[in-house]
Amino acid sequence: MLFTWIFTLKLTLINTIMKTLTVLASIMIAAIFSSCGGEDKPKTETATAAQEEPQRMVADPVEYDPKRGEGKYTAESLALSNTLDEAKAKLGEDASNVKCTSCHKMTDEKLVGPGWKDVTKRRTGEWIMNFITNPDPMLDKDPEAQAMLELCLVRMPNQSLTDDDARAILEYMRKNDGLK
Amino acid sequence: MKKIFKIAALSGLIAATGLPSCKPKDTANAVSGDAGIKAYVAPGKYDEVYNFVSGGFSGQMSVYGLPSGRLLRVIPVFSNDPEKGWGYSEETKPMLNTSHGMVPWDDLHHVQLSKTNGEADGRWVFGNANNTPRVARIDLTTFRTSEIIELPNSGGNHSSPFITENTEYVVAGTRFSVPPDDVNGDVAIDSYKENFKGTLSFISVGKEDGKMDIAFQIQCPGVNFDLSRAGKGVSHGWFFFSCYNTEQANTLLEVNASQKDKDFVMAVNWKKAEEYLKAGKGRKQAVKYAHNTYSEKTHSATSEIKTEVIVLDSKELKDICYFIPCPKSPHGCDVSPTGEYIVASGKLAAVIPVFSYDKMLKAIAAKSFDGEFEGIPVIKYESALYGEVKKPGLGPLHTEFDDNGNAYTSMFVSSEVVKWNIKDLKVIDRQPTFYSIGHLCVVGGDTKKPTGKYLIAYNKITKDRYLPTGPELSQSAQLFDISGEKMKLILDFPTIGEPHYAQAVLASVIKDKSVKMFKIEENAHPYVAKGEKETKVVREGNKVHVYMTAIRSHLTPDNIEGIKMGDEVYFHVTNLEQDWDVPHGFAIKGADNAELLIMPGETQTLKWVPTKVGISPMYCTDFCSALHQEMTGYVRVSPAGSSVPLKFGTGVTKPEVAAASK
Repeated sequence: MLFTWIFTLKLTLINTIMKTLTVLASIMIAAIFSSCGGEDKPKTETATAAQEEPQRMVADPVEYDPKRGEGKYTAESLALSNTLDEAKAKLGEDASNVKCTSCHKMTDEKLVGPGWKDVTKRRTGEWIMNFITNPDPMLDKDPEAQAMLELCLVRMPNQSLTDDDARAILEYMRKNDGLK
Repeated sequence: MKKIFKIAALSGLIAATGLPSCKPKDTANAVSGDAGIKAYVAPGKYDEVYNFVSGGFSGQMSVYGLPSGRLLRVIPVFSNDPEKGWGYSEETKPMLNTSHGMVPWDDLHHVQLSKTNGEADGRWVFGNANNTPRVARIDLTTFRTSEIIELPNSGGNHSSPFITENTEYVVAGTRFSVPPDDVNGDVAIDSYKENFKGTLSFISVGKEDGKMDIAFQIQCPGVNFDLSRAGKGVSHGWFFFSCYNTEQANTLLEVNASQKDKDFVMAVNWKKAEEYLKAGKGRKQAVKYAHNTYSEKTHSATSEIKTEVIVLDSKELKDICYFIPCPKSPHGCDVSPTGEYIVASGKLAAVIPVFSYDKMLKAIAAKSFDGEFEGIPVIKYESALYGEVKKPGLGPLHTEFDDNGNAYTSMFVSSEVVKWNIKDLKVIDRQPTFYSIGHLCVVGGDTKKPTGKYLIAYNKITKDRYLPTGPELSQSAQLFDISGEKMKLILDFPTIGEPHYAQAVLASVIKDKSVKMFKIEENAHPYVAKGEKETKVVREGNKVHVYMTAIRSHLTPDNIEGIKMGDEVYFHVTNLEQDWDVPHGFAIKGADNAELLIMPGETQTLKWVPTKVGISPMYCTDFCSALHQEMTGYVRVSPAGSSVPLKFGTGVTKPEVAAASK
C-alpha cells in the first residue's frame, strides 16, 4: 500500500510540473474540496484523487500489481525455495483442516470456494499469502479475487491465520500441486 | 403545576428558543432549541459514553450509547433469552442453577462497574438478583455473564451489588430479613422480632480473574436493607447501608413500616470485620448456595453447590456496626467523591440529611450515642450530621455527583432532579422529569473522579411520552446536559424492562478491550469439531452426539439418518469462522427450547428430543452470506427399534467422492 502511494505521489509531482498554471489552480481547488470529505485518508491519496478519475471499484492496473495482490507479502519477502518443506506442509495440512477445507477441496472441484488443485500454478505465492491473510481489501479491489467472488458468491472469510499458519498452508498447497 | 410553569418559563428564557414565554401547553417546552445537536451522533460515529442500565423485571442488563440513547446490546443475566440461547443451550443452563434448582428469571435492580482507586476500570460490571438472591459478574471484554453467585441467609438481594474502591468486595444486603438458613424457618410470621435476621454479604473479587467468593457475612437485626455504598477516599474501609422498617413490621409495611420519624443509616467498618475474621471470631454456618462460572475456553458453565459461610455477629462484635438515625424510610445512601459526605435520601422525608464521616468518627470515639437498637449503638443524629438540604422537593431517592462539587438528587414524588452544592447545601437548579423519576445516573457519578457532562433520569411512569402501544409502555429515560449551571433536557429514550440504577462511563475505558472472536485453536469444549474432518455422529445408547460445524454457508453434517424415537440428540455446533461479526445460528423443527447463537470459534449445544417420525429440517438462523438461505439440512427420524443405520454427511456432490458415512 505504502509503495503504491509513494509511487503515485511521484507521478503526481512530475505531472504537475508539466502542466499549465490554470490546470494547477484547478487541481488545488479540487484538492481543497476533496480534503473536506475524507478526514481519515492519508494526504497522499487525497492528492491523487484530486487529479484522477472518480473512485473505481477495481484497482488501477498502474498502481496495483495483480500478480502480487495487496498485503504485506512480496516475492522477495517470501523467497520460496524450489523444494518442498515436508514438515511445513504437514503443519499446513493440519491448519487447513481447521480453517479451510470446509470450503475448499484438494481437487479442482469447486465446493464453496474453488478447488486448490493447481492454485500455486495459477497464482504467485505472494498473491496467495496476501489473499488468505488479507481477504477483505483484496476482495474490494483485486480483479482475480473479484472474478472468483462473482463465481462463488461467498466472500472468503478472514480466518485470522497467523503468519506461520499461512506460510504452512501455502506449503501444503505446493505439495498438493506436486512439488517435491 | 405552579413549579413546573416557573421552571419551563425560566428555561425558555435562557435558551432563547423563540418559544413564547407564555403558559406551557405541554412538557416539550422544557426542551431548548439546541437539544437535537447535543444528542446527535452521526451515522457511523461512536457514542461518547457507555451506559449500563439495569433491566429490572426483565432480569437482564442493557447497554446504551450516549448521548444518542441508542440501544447497543441486551446482556442476558438472570433470565432466559431464547434469542441468544441463554439458559437454553446445554452450556448456559448451569448459569441459572440455584439451591432451588434452575431459576430462569429474576429482577435486576442495580449495576456497578468494577473500580480501581475509586474509578471505573472497565473490567467488569456487576448486577444483583432481587428475587432469588444472587450477584452476577459480566465480563466487559465479551459483554457476557461470566459468573453468578447465590447468597444464603438472604431474602431479597436489594442493597447490592455495591463495591469498594478497589473492588475488594461486592456487598449485598438483604431487603427482606428472614430466619437464617441453618435454623428451622418453619416459624410464625409474627415472630419477626425474635426469629428474623438481616444479613450483609461481603463477596470478595479475585484481583486478576474477578472470581467471586463469599468472604464473610455479618448478621444484623431484622430490618430491611435498602441501598448501600462503599466509603471512598477518607472513608475507604467503611460501608453505608440505608435501613427501613426499623419498626420490624411483618405485615402492611406501607403503614406499619412508616411509623417512626427516623430509620437508620448503618455504618459498617469492614476493615474491622476483616480483623475479626482473621482472629477467628466468625462462626461457620452450614448453608447451601450455588456458584456458577462460565469458561470462555471450554465455552461451558459449571455449577457448584457450596455448603458453608462464615458469619460475624454484629451484636457480639461491638465495633463493626453503628446506626445513624435518618429521616424517614431512607432509600439512597450515597457517598461524595471525597468520601467525606454521606447523603441519605429519606423517601418520605422533607429534608436531605448529609452526614459527615469525620463527625461520625468523632461521635463514635466520644461515645455520643442515643442508646442501642438490638444491641447496636445508635449515634446521635446531630453528632454525625453535617447539615440538611432544606426544601429540596418531595420524595428524595438517590444522589450522584459531578466534577464541580455538586450533587444531583432524584425526587420521586415531585418528579424532578434537584442540583445542590455539597458544601453549602443550597439548591442551585431543579428540572422536571417526565414522569416520577426513580434512580438517576451521572457519568462517573459514584466515583472519586466524576466525569459529569450528562445525567440520565430513569423514570417510573411514561404515559404520553411516546406513541401509545396499548396498556404496556416502555419505561422512559431522559438525558440531561449538566455541563452548565442549569440542567438541560436533551433527549428521551425508551428502555427495556424497568431500569432502576444504571452506570455510565466514558467509552474509551472499555471499547478497545472488546473481544472480536474466539480462537478456534484454543477451543477446549469437550465436543468441539476443529474442522470438518472432526465432524461425526456418535451414538451412546439413546444419546446421540452430533459433532457439527458451521461455516458460510453450510452445516456439516447436514444429512443425518438413523435417529430413532426415544433418542436424545445433542447438536454440538462449532462455528469455524474466525472473523468479527460472523455468528451462525442453529435451529431444528420441533425443538422445545430455543435456538443456538454461536460466535466465531465457539461451540454450543442444543438438546433435541424428537417427538415425531419423519424428516426434520434444520438451518442457520442468523443471516450469514448470500447463500445463507441454503445453509440447511435434514434429520431423518425413524420409529424406535427401526433398523435404519446411523448415516451422516455433507456435500456428496460427485459420485466418486460419495463418502457420506465417514
